[in-house]
Amino acid sequence: MEKKRYERPHIVKLDSGMPGKFGMRNDSPPTTHIDGVAVTELVEKYGSPLFVISEHTIRSTYRKAYKAFSTRYPKVQFAWSYKTNYLPAVCNVFHQEGSWAEVVSGFEYDKALANGVDPGKIIFNGPGKTASELMKAAENGSLIHIDHLDELYLLTDLAGEMKRKPLVAIRVNMDTGIYPMWDRFGFNYENGQAWDALNKIMLSGKLELVGLHTHIGTFILGANAYGVAASKLADLALGLQQKFNHTIRYIDMGGGFASKNTLKGSYLPGADTNPTFDDYAEAITTALVNSGFKPESLPLLILETGRALIDEAGYIITSVLANKRLSTGRRATIIDAGVNLLFTAFWYQHPVTPAQGFSQYREENTIYGPLCMNIDCVRESINLPLLNKGDKLVIHYTGAYNLTQWMQFITLRPNVVIIDPDGTAHLIRQNESNDSVSSLEKTPDYLIGIK
Amino acid sequence: MKINENLAISESGFLFNPSTGESFTVNPIGAEIIELMKEGKTEAEISEKIIKSYEVDIKTLQKDLHDFSEILRHHQLLDQYEETKN
Ligand SMILES: Cc1ncc(COP(=O)(O)O)c(C=O)c1O
Repeated sequence: MEKKRYERPHIVKLDSGMPGKFGMRNDSPPTTHIDGVAVTELVEKYGSPLFVISEHTIRSTYRKAYKAFSTRYPKVQFAWSYKTNYLPAVCNVFHQEGSWAEVVSGFEYDKALANGVDPGKIIFNGPGKTASELMKAAENGSLIHIDHLDELYLLTDLAGEMKRKPLVAIRVNMDTGIYPMWDRFGFNYENGQAWDALNKIMLSGKLELVGLHTHIGTFILGANAYGVAASKLADLALGLQQKFNHTIRYIDMGGGFASKNTLKGSYLPGADTNPTFDDYAEAITTALVNSGFKPESLPLLILETGRALIDEAGYIITSVLANKRLSTGRRATIIDAGVNLLFTAFWYQHPVTPAQGFSQYREENTIYGPLCMNIDCVRESINLPLLNKGDKLVIHYTGAYNLTQWMQFITLRPNVVIIDPDGTAHLIRQNESNDSVSSLEKTPDYLIGIK
Repeated sequence: MKINENLAISESGFLFNPSTGESFTVNPIGAEIIELMKEGKTEAEISEKIIKSYEVDIKTLQKDLHDFSEILRHHQLLDQYEETKN
């Protein structure tokens, strides 16, 4: 006689009260396959935990975003925000789709060059560019977004030694009605700092002012803030025309669109309630089209969208290591992927689904990672089927920031694969080993050995 | 460990405790275990029976059985008199 699939014995009291905030049912179907590839097969070949990137999802998300803007505005350019996910394979999917690169350090700048990006299509943001990085980028004809006056002075000085005039924009911060207001980066609009910087650039004659940039924040849930920001940049651009008879080439609205993730503390799932690309596009393009630009001289609209383009393409496959009951009677599940791999668990309630079919019984769970640290909590509260040790789970919407902010902390970082549109998996980052980590460590002779 | 004998369990896993008026749902294997408990089977007998028909190792099962009876106790589904006697 064949044995039945085992499920833990489970009993739950029926309450007739209202469904609670955390009691929303989670009957999402199991994720047995990702882009047609069986999760079990992926784990067998590449181990657990495992990061999986769906190339199909990247491309289709990108195309949706591009369409939302290009159907409303004549000149649109995306620039892939490297810090969101700078694995070369991922960057090159975006570059193949037509994205430029947006980088915030010399390290990222060199990565973009190594990926084959035309230097003229690299936007160099960030508050910490060094003199040699500025020289290199400027001489390459990359677009330098000036963050503060010290950088403006430095670049103006360096310009004297250069063979070509540096191409620059300024980063503008402003009140768009959202809280908190990001005023740490760039020059403020309301208090006149932005005009001060523009005047200095125009009057020095040493820099070629080609654009205006803003990045109003991240995971912005109100699309209207972008309308306000676009109007303010348009206002600066039109002022430059009037005062200096100078026409800028582009307006760069930065990143910050929300992905489908659900912020911690939200009542409703982000996938149902967050603004769509169409909402953001409508706000931005309406503001630009309705400003004083002549229709034939509308500036190029650049977008540095990060998380909204990649979050949904990323998955982590993880294994149940143990389940236990906490002193309060609450069920806890321990998995092999913690906040060391899933930095964004601090912000989001990532959807988690089983990778195999289960009965309809569900139990409220807290999911912990494998780190011996109190902070290592992947989900504080989630309804899950009755999991056994060894079962696989899939964590969704993990494509943004995790593969750049993950930590080699307590455990080693795992393999990363991309699934191509034909359903073949390719390794795009090798798992770390003790050797690869310790190859960077040095022990002085007198500290070798224990005696 | 003795289950409250008055408990009524339906085929669909609906469990009613007449002494408190509370109701519960229980999954098929849980219902099977409660039935075995009502028949007065010992923990060892129950394990043996379950191992024969389900794909599970003894360590996992013992851990889960122990947890299950803790939850039954928490919901006051174990026989109160037997409980105090132990
Ligand atoms: C200048 C700049 N552009 C783009 C981004 C990407 O932002 P997001 O991932 O929120 O779209 C960031 C992220 O912090 C940024 O600082």
